[in-house]
Amino acid sequence: MGVVQHGLSCGENLIMARRVSTRHKVIATFAAWLVAFVIFFPILYMVITSLKTEPEAIAGINLIPSFTLESYVAVQQQNDYFKPFMNSVVIALGSTLVALIIAIPAAWSMAFSPTKRTKDILMWMLSTKMMPAVGVLVPLFIIFRDTGLLDTRIGLTMILTLINLPIVVWMLYTYFREIPGEILEAARMDGASLSGEIIYVLTPMAVPGIASTMLLNIILAWNEAFWTLRLAAANAAPLTAFIASFSSPQGLFWAKLSAASTLAIAPILIMGWFSQRQLVRGLTFGAVK
Amino acid sequence: MGNITLKNVHKAFGATVIIPDIDLDIADGEFVVFVGPSGCGKSTLLRLIAGLEDTTSGTILIDGREVTDEAPAKRGLAMVFQSYALYPHMSVYNNIAFPLKMAKVDKDTIDRKVRSAATTLNLTNYLERRPGQLSGGQRQRVAIGRAIVRQPKAFLFDEPLSNLDAALRGTMRLEISELHQQLATTMIYVTHDQVEAMTMADKIVVLNAGNIEQVGSPLELYRSPRNLFVAGFIGSPRMNLITGAEAAKHGAQTIGVRPEHLKLSTASGTWKGTVGVAEHLGSDTFLHIQVDGIGQVTARADGEFAVDHGDQVWLTPEPGKIHRFNEAGEAI
Amino acid sequence: MATRQTRTLARFMMAPAVVLLLIWMIVPLSMTIWYSFQNYNLLNPMTRGFAGWSNYVYFYTDPAFYQAIGNTLMLVGGVLFITVVGGILLALLLDQPIFGQGIVRILVISPFFVMPPVAALVWKNMIMHPGYGVFADISRFFGLQPVDWFAQYPLFSIIIIVAWQWLPFATLILLTALQSLDEEQKEAAEMDGANFLNRFWYLTLPHLARAITVVILIQTIFLLAVYAEILVTTNGGPGYASTNLAFLIYRTALLSYDVGGASAGGVIAVILANIVAIFLMRAVGRNLDR
Repeated sequence: MGVVQHGLSCGENLIMARRVSTRHKVIATFAAWLVAFVIFFPILYMVITSLKTEPEAIAGINLIPSFTLESYVAVQQQNDYFKPFMNSVVIALGSTLVALIIAIPAAWSMAFSPTKRTKDILMWMLSTKMMPAVGVLVPLFIIFRDTGLLDTRIGLTMILTLINLPIVVWMLYTYFREIPGEILEAARMDGASLSGEIIYVLTPMAVPGIASTMLLNIILAWNEAFWTLRLAAANAAPLTAFIASFSSPQGLFWAKLSAASTLAIAPILIMGWFSQRQLVRGLTFGAVK
Repeated sequence: MGNITLKNVHKAFGATVIIPDIDLDIADGEFVVFVGPSGCGKSTLLRLIAGLEDTTSGTILIDGREVTDEAPAKRGLAMVFQSYALYPHMSVYNNIAFPLKMAKVDKDTIDRKVRSAATTLNLTNYLERRPGQLSGGQRQRVAIGRAIVRQPKAFLFDEPLSNLDAALRGTMRLEISELHQQLATTMIYVTHDQVEAMTMADKIVVLNAGNIEQVGSPLELYRSPRNLFVAGFIGSPRMNLITGAEAAKHGAQTIGVRPEHLKLSTASGTWKGTVGVAEHLGSDTFLHIQVDGIGQVTARADGEFAVDHGDQVWLTPEPGKIHRFNEAGEAI
Repeated sequence: MATRQTRTLARFMMAPAVVLLLIWMIVPLSMTIWYSFQNYNLLNPMTRGFAGWSNYVYFYTDPAFYQAIGNTLMLVGGVLFITVVGGILLALLLDQPIFGQGIVRILVISPFFVMPPVAALVWKNMIMHPGYGVFADISRFFGLQPVDWFAQYPLFSIIIIVAWQWLPFATLILLTALQSLDEEQKEAAEMDGANFLNRFWYLTLPHLARAITVVILIQTIFLLAVYAEILVTTNGGPGYASTNLAFLIYRTALLSYDVGGASAGGVIAVILANIVAIFLMRAVGRNLDR
């Protein structure tokens, strides 16, 4: 019976597919590409402008640049792009790793031995995310000033770890919860010790979830633009601060601004493109499948 | 060896009592089936034996040794789960080898044992595949293979066939029974399906709301159910249970007659009724008959018994095959 | 015993995360509350002392405070409206069979990966600039006077930028939800005589309810804290026209060095955020438990 039904619905899908194809598909394709182009346009235009000379950059819409790299060279010479870039890398990776180390055991225990309060704890954790950063800016600024953490990579790493910790815990929890408990019980019956259970069974099954949590957290940390702007000035300033410094009007150096911006977002943009499918599920905290 | 003894085993989650107090003896090599409706505590009982749940009080002995507080792995039992619980990231070979690896068995021995289990279970051609690439029946066999290689004192099965379709269920039932003949190891098998219980078990334990209603061989339960619950649960189609005046005639609150113990006639008999739905299975025909003064009664007739909806028939219960129950529902 | 052990271990493993977040919540918050009752200006730190409620009164009676609250609500509400409605429409479009779906997805998600200062600068200088922006070029092409977006519609301009950043997020989540809608359900509705609008209203929209809730919850968390976009574009102006609560407190704290006043503002912001949070958590909790 099951087989017969399956065969039928396959046939129907074929007919459906044929019915929609051609005209409908062409119209939908056209509309979708148009919308996608409009949404992507600011980024595209930024990249194009970065390849123009300064006079070209302010000479009205022109989608074909002269493909000069002079702005990139100028940005590197004037502002030294690599220092903030390295700061961003260290802070984003560092805070993500620390957050994972703290969050993995927590999420694991919530997923595999939940209590009546697990849901409440998760909700509470998420609610700390809702505490406005400005509400605690002053004391943190003072604490950082007095402990010498102001404008250090360690200080920023600590802050970013804490603000992203709730999201990391929640994401991992939703991934871990999907690992069926029976598999862990089977491992226990098969004689695996706790460490064996973690090494041979849990970790291999959890790796995809941990990886996408890590990706999302790196993106969030890389793009965080409150604490990185307020608690870092020169030494530890990451790319967000580097770019924000361009907002003060120093004349109309738009090709350079575009070059700097392109450099600032390129690593994450490319990373995001490759991992977007995994990201979507993680972003919803598993609430949307 | 695989004697398993439960003494006063009690399990409660907070204030909710799942298993009030159970005593049970399982002999070495026995095929025992726990059967009962869903939520009757049969799975919990199995998990208590496995060590996946803690007993609230009472003791569990395996081969005379107390294991109540021992970790699951130390009890020397193997379990086959309802969802099979195969490790999705490991090949079939590695799934079967896993318990041996955990027991630090050397590579050559592992290889020999895995291959021999694979041969027994017809899995030789699938050893390099992942569980995701297997059919339901094949996954089931991998799960069994993983249990076999450990040479456990007893196998525990938790509704292992409920995710398979009817045809496959029949085949797997036979395979498991055959396996039991081959290995002669104790098996404890949990199911809600009384057909599985009847066909496979040496001994059936009927559970209801955490209580053992009756323990016995399939035929014992069939011939002399101790109470109404067992009478209604064992046997297919269900036993006809009749109350009222007809029961009073036999000096009972309720009487029960199995459909196969009713003689059908188009001419004469004890009860007269009208045929409702007739289910033709080919070998048998099950007739649902509205009997005057009694109500709906199911009767088994020969496959060729020719009656139609609305026909008059007469029913006669076979002498000596009438079960009588008192007001408490217990057999008299 | 085995499971009892696991449970103790579980508590132990949860402890670091819980303790850290507790400290993170309690220490700065209690300091903020303490400072909010102090006269404390970093410019003359000598004149410190108990201030009573004066910092609160100062904030509470400041007309900019109400304007900032209004702006915050406008910003959050406006962005949510644009992204949810736009996200649903876009998701419906992308759910159709189209050529090059993978590339379209990548293009559409891209703004989500752009850091706020870059997004703000690109929009400010290259898209919305009254002299050299793309919008201005287009206006001139049609013979119209270019609009000076950030001077004339500062808050609206910021809403556009933030909505651009969050539209991909909403779209992708809604699209994922849309794709999980059972094909047979749609066919059943078609058999029952429901046209496209009926199906959208009675089938698709209820199916998306959960995803919409998630979008609203997560975006609200981030939208209440919009900061860099304002800093880089309008700096809160002209006047207080594009100052949200977060930016107002930042102004008080780091531009006039008034620790006491900024702390009082911080406490108010925390209280307001908690009110929103309670609402949201209730609604979401109900929706997610299903």
